[in-house]
Amino acid sequence: MESVNLETITIAEARRLLDNKEVSAVELTKNYLDRIKNFEKDIDAYVTVTEDRALEDANLADKRIGEGTQTNLTGIPMQLKDNICYSGIPTTCSSKMLENFVPPFDASVSTYLKNENSVLLGKGNLDEFAMGSSTENSALKSTKNPWDTNRVPGGSSGGPAAAVAASECVFSLGSDTGGSIRQPASLCGVVGMKPTYGLVSRFGLVAFASSLDQIGPLTKSVEDSALVLQSIAGHDSRDSTSLDVKIPDYFSNLTTDLKGFKIGIPKEYFIEGISPGVEKSILDSVEVLRGLGADVKEVSLPHTKYALAVYYIIAPSEASANLARYDGVKYGFSEKDAETMWAGLEKTRSNGFGPEVKRRIMLGAYALSAGYYDAFYLKAQKVRTLIRQEFEDVFKDVDVLAMPTSPTTAFKIGDKIDDPLQMYLNDIFTIPANIAGIPGISIPAGMVNGLPVGLQFMAGTLQETNLFKAAYAYEQATEWHNQFPSI
Amino acid sequence: MSEQIDLSIEEIRQISVLTRIAMTEDELDVMRAQMSNILDSVAILNEVDTEDVEPTGHSVNIKSVMREDQIQDSLTQDETLLNAPRRDGSFIRIKAVLE
Repeated sequence: MESVNLETITIAEARRLLDNKEVSAVELTKNYLDRIKNFEKDIDAYVTVTEDRALEDANLADKRIGEGTQTNLTGIPMQLKDNICYSGIPTTCSSKMLENFVPPFDASVSTYLKNENSVLLGKGNLDEFAMGSSTENSALKSTKNPWDTNRVPGGSSGGPAAAVAASECVFSLGSDTGGSIRQPASLCGVVGMKPTYGLVSRFGLVAFASSLDQIGPLTKSVEDSALVLQSIAGHDSRDSTSLDVKIPDYFSNLTTDLKGFKIGIPKEYFIEGISPGVEKSILDSVEVLRGLGADVKEVSLPHTKYALAVYYIIAPSEASANLARYDGVKYGFSEKDAETMWAGLEKTRSNGFGPEVKRRIMLGAYALSAGYYDAFYLKAQKVRTLIRQEFEDVFKDVDVLAMPTSPTTAFKIGDKIDDPLQMYLNDIFTIPANIAGIPGISIPAGMVNGLPVGLQFMAGTLQETNLFKAAYAYEQATEWHNQFPSI
Repeated sequence: MSEQIDLSIEEIRQISVLTRIAMTEDELDVMRAQMSNILDSVAILNEVDTEDVEPTGHSVNIKSVMREDQIQDSLTQDETLLNAPRRDGSFIRIKAVLE
């Protein structure tokens, strides 16, 4: 085959090569499987590599390309975060609790990708049940950042972000409850996008916090992000929170001209605790946006400082209810050494869940318990309303907001794992979008001491086209997306 | 949640019972300190005036979804029970519920 540079290849480029028969889907897939074999020992981005499935998918894709009936993602080798079900392939959530769980059904997004004959390379590592910001909470393995393997890739979609950064797949799907797509994308120097809540079906995504969870793409370019979203967005009757709306053409707005486009810079996102290198990168980025013709102005979102507290009431509360289903009876890990069902249940949950998951279940149970419900859960839901209204108001004035994705670049493995509160602060700039249900994207926007910095945009509900417009214009005007880790 | 939150070991023990997560005394102690810390940090919400503010359950306005009851294909019984840790034919086997 023609030599294909896997480091630089995007979906758009792979599509051109496949359609022109310069490379077959099988050849492309074998290239990725080889690369996975070479780099996985250093990166640990995959929980499961599905070699047979991948080659079978690639064969089907080649047939389809031969018939001329291919679609955007036909024959594109990809990964799914391991909390997204794919029939017949283990879905572990990187938890001992689901280590041997093989779903007999597909998540809706898996069905959509199958229908396009995308190629499944495997499942990506995550913090157990998507709870964490470093992927160190995975009960199976700790993923390393391809830019510096002594550092974390972020989380919880650390496997997907590292796999895209290390070119161990063309794209991956992650899930974002409080920043779990955008924060690792920022730390690994790739594009990570969280759609509006309800835009992408959650059916078959293992539930963490149901009012916040959303599936989205991790890719090498903004164009790829739009391409993947185009394929997975849409109403699904199997998710009762799925929005029944017309899906726009996400490409129509991909232009490099931002003349008249209004960008707000919320001052509350430039606070004490943000690293000077990150702050400088983001302020430099703002100047780039201004240079592209954008009308940039400072705005204020005073309730931002409450978002983290709201999140750490609502997310654990919903998690405590969602994770009550793990009882060792129907599926998953089961502690057999017990006299009674009740003793077995307690042992199963005690030995099947890791420390962070237990912490959140117990925190949630406490916040929901009699006597505390009003003080914690109801209070958090009310402040959530105020945060949401504040965003609604600001988007009457501006098209998008620009801010840092994460207060720091990638930190060292082990640095924050013993201090839950310190770890939670990683998501301080991403959480507000989940609280309000609005879309957000992180794109590469600088390097500090050899580590990537992410620039985040947020837009109003269902205003993904604005998000892509700002991100694409910035990307095309800069070279940050053309830098690759030397692994 | 106006004053400093200091959960007692008994409160943590009670939550461990409610959530069916068995814990050793040492684990209870660590959890007590960590949960007290986290709850302390969320006490910042007391500053916010939420009088007359409606709570938000979901970020988008979603109504109950109704549909016609239609007969559709579903998983077979065997597929459904595929992951059961202990099976007895078409049943799931569990330990004694009553002692």
